[in-house]
Amino acid sequence: MTVTIRLQREAFDVAAEVALLTRGRSDVGAVVTFTGVCRADEGGEPIAALTLEHYPGMAEAEIARHVEEACARWPLIAATVIHRHGRLTPGEVIVLVATASSHRQAAFAAAEFLMDYLKTRAPFWKQVEKVAGTAWVAAKAADDSAAERWSAPPPRHEAAK
Amino acid sequence: MKLLYFAWVRERVGKTEEQLDLPAGITTVGELMAWLARRGEEYAYAFENPKVIRAAIDRSHVRADAKLAGASEIAFFPPMTGG
Repeated sequence: MTVTIRLQREAFDVAAEVALLTRGRSDVGAVVTFTGVCRADEGGEPIAALTLEHYPGMAEAEIARHVEEACARWPLIAATVIHRHGRLTPGEVIVLVATASSHRQAAFAAAEFLMDYLKTRAPFWKQVEKVAGTAWVAAKAADDSAAERWSAPPPRHEAAK
Repeated sequence: MKLLYFAWVRERVGKTEEQLDLPAGITTVGELMAWLARRGEEYAYAFENPKVIRAAIDRSHVRADAKLAGASEIAFFPPMTGG
């Protein structure tokens, strides 16, 4: 199991990160990637940028706990989570979640699980810059219910080594 | 112990972190929030609705009834909006 977790201010190359999941291996049959991108609006209002604040130390630990949980639930071969912080402008990549497995079901499910938990449990906060000034983005109930559906764990499998 | 504040909790309190000797009689996260809220206007504003504030002890999420004994770092923040 290859796990990559990074929090960084700098932009990164999504394609290069995804390529690393399969490099030098022949057992991967499915790679699922989710890329979160900064939109130019929030709640119907245009924004100039968003700034992501995070809790250094805890953010890494929390993501690592969820990757570990994903590995216990699905037979993953590799997982990558890269989350940016600092000021981002529309069009910039905020987050990448990529999962690799022998078959697609595990890769899809694990990627969705990781994103749902990132949204509601990883200590990051978005502040947007609107014309009228800055505002903190409110948490969405829909994100909580998306994360909630994973709380009844499916039967565990033997983790892929 | 060290207290940390993030996002609008940090803005309202007006600081990112501070050192605090645990006051006598305060044993849980919820009691600490109530105690902090009585410390001054900025704290009262930050903790006016403690139900919406999340907490972590030593970098793990905890609920308001979590015990503070043995904690070295306690963080308070709004619901998270990453991803």
